[in-house]
Amino acid sequence: MSASKRAGGGGSSLWQIRSAIDPRQYWLLALFGLVAPLVAWLVASQLDGTDKVFLPGPADVLARIWSWATDDDLAADVAISTWRVVAGWALSAAIALPLGLFIGSYRAVQALLEPLTDFVRYMPAVAFIPLVMLWVGIEEGSKVAIIFIGTFFQMVLMVAEDVRRVPLAQIEAAQTMGATRSEILEKVIVPSAKPALLDTLRVTMGWAWTYLVVAELVASNSGLGYAVLKAQRFLQTDKIFAGILLIGLIGLLIDQGFRLVHRKAFPYLAGRHR
Amino acid sequence: MTASIDIRDAFKTFGHGTQAIQALEQANLAIRPNEFVTFVGASGCGKSTLLRMIGGLESLSRGSIAVNGQPIAGPGVDRAMVFQHYSLYPWLTVTQNIKFCRQLKAHTHDRTSADVEQAAGRADALIRLMGLSHVADAYPSQLSGGMQQRVAIARALMSRPPILLMDEPFGALDAQTREVMHDLIRHVHRMEGSTIVFVTHDVEEAIYLGQRIVLMAPRPGRIDTLYDVPLPAERHQDMKLAPEFLALKREILERIRETSGMKTDLEQLARLNAAVGADAALTTD
Repeated sequence: MSASKRAGGGGSSLWQIRSAIDPRQYWLLALFGLVAPLVAWLVASQLDGTDKVFLPGPADVLARIWSWATDDDLAADVAISTWRVVAGWALSAAIALPLGLFIGSYRAVQALLEPLTDFVRYMPAVAFIPLVMLWVGIEEGSKVAIIFIGTFFQMVLMVAEDVRRVPLAQIEAAQTMGATRSEILEKVIVPSAKPALLDTLRVTMGWAWTYLVVAELVASNSGLGYAVLKAQRFLQTDKIFAGILLIGLIGLLIDQGFRLVHRKAFPYLAGRHR
Repeated sequence: MTASIDIRDAFKTFGHGTQAIQALEQANLAIRPNEFVTFVGASGCGKSTLLRMIGGLESLSRGSIAVNGQPIAGPGVDRAMVFQHYSLYPWLTVTQNIKFCRQLKAHTHDRTSADVEQAAGRADALIRLMGLSHVADAYPSQLSGGMQQRVAIARALMSRPPILLMDEPFGALDAQTREVMHDLIRHVHRMEGSTIVFVTHDVEEAIYLGQRIVLMAPRPGRIDTLYDVPLPAERHQDMKLAPEFLALKREILERIRETSGMKTDLEQLARLNAAVGADAALTTD
């Protein structure tokens, strides 16, 4: 029989490692991957003996989102939560990008800051809540601060790594053309690392969202995370579901936005974007 | 534009104390203006290290390197370098890569409109010389390895450097593309008049391109022998079969085997083969 099949070669098999597949197949599979859990959820919630409090059905959750939107100002919750996440993340990026650039470019800065960052990033952001309340207070700043703590230290290390991945030959070529240090940073390292940096920003945006519920533990009275926490107190499982789904949906939209920017901003990577 | 290079008692040590590795020991070499010199030798002989020292990318542990009598300090616009790969800027098109140096202060001190025009003309001429006209607006990722190296060479030549340093630039190319690149780089040498120092591990490439060959040996890295290439300035591919070409190739290969310890490996293999042959003879008997 065909030895090539066993060796993972030949044919247009879906199971060939890393090989391209038909775009229609790709979208069908992606759709299936999203719809299948939904159907499973629907079926499980319809089974006899399933308690609504234990597992509300999709219809219950949709109804809850609707009533949340009409009676409970869902838009305001979405807006405030998005603002907190984006603010915490943007503050992280504003500091992590330049700092990571220097850590990745200069060994001295790396020696000075990287071990410290490595140490701090393992500290649980949740445990900082009492300290943040003490230092920052219980206003908006505290929520932004928690998200900042959750994302910043990881982001610095990832940015530094992106910068270190710039091929040395690109830097040395500029040196032999007489580039100064600042020219190398500005005209070689930054443009070369840009696609990887945008990926890092995309990934850390996802992490920032996962810290939202934690951040809204701090003396909140608004936001999606707060709504989930409050629903927990009254055992409103449908609202917990609604909150979680909405956070996932917003995350998905932002992620797609980043991917779109990536495709538009870096046309020279045409091969990489599927 | 051209320049001489004087290497005096150059030493290079990597690491410290007991970890120290002598990468280059007391190298002395004078390269004449407009000369085409090739460095050849087994891996670990320090040929790339010496080239990078000339380029100012590695410091000297001892000794000095002078260009036109002036000691060098770090990289400079008088010494352009072509690397084996990954040196092009993927976010720039071919033309933008070639013109990259025009963005740098080192090349724009007297920027009048005439200068700008002249630079544009220079870039166009290089694109034609390197046969890149049909891909001038393509990105490097859309080009084959051979075409990418043409861009890298054009970019290095853009500022008319008196010295062109090439670190195994064709090492990753297939044999047919290399032959084309060999004639191209010899053409560049004639047209531009630059001094070229070319590092390779391929003896045939070293002879075909070079006017002089510097054979280097490992452990510790050092200059072993200098050979003058007994071929006319004009070269063509048929010369690779000429008796004097083959004789020199044999001589250099033999010397590389002797200095790299490969000879003892080969002798051991030969003994093994003989033993296997003897065994086979016994069993068939």
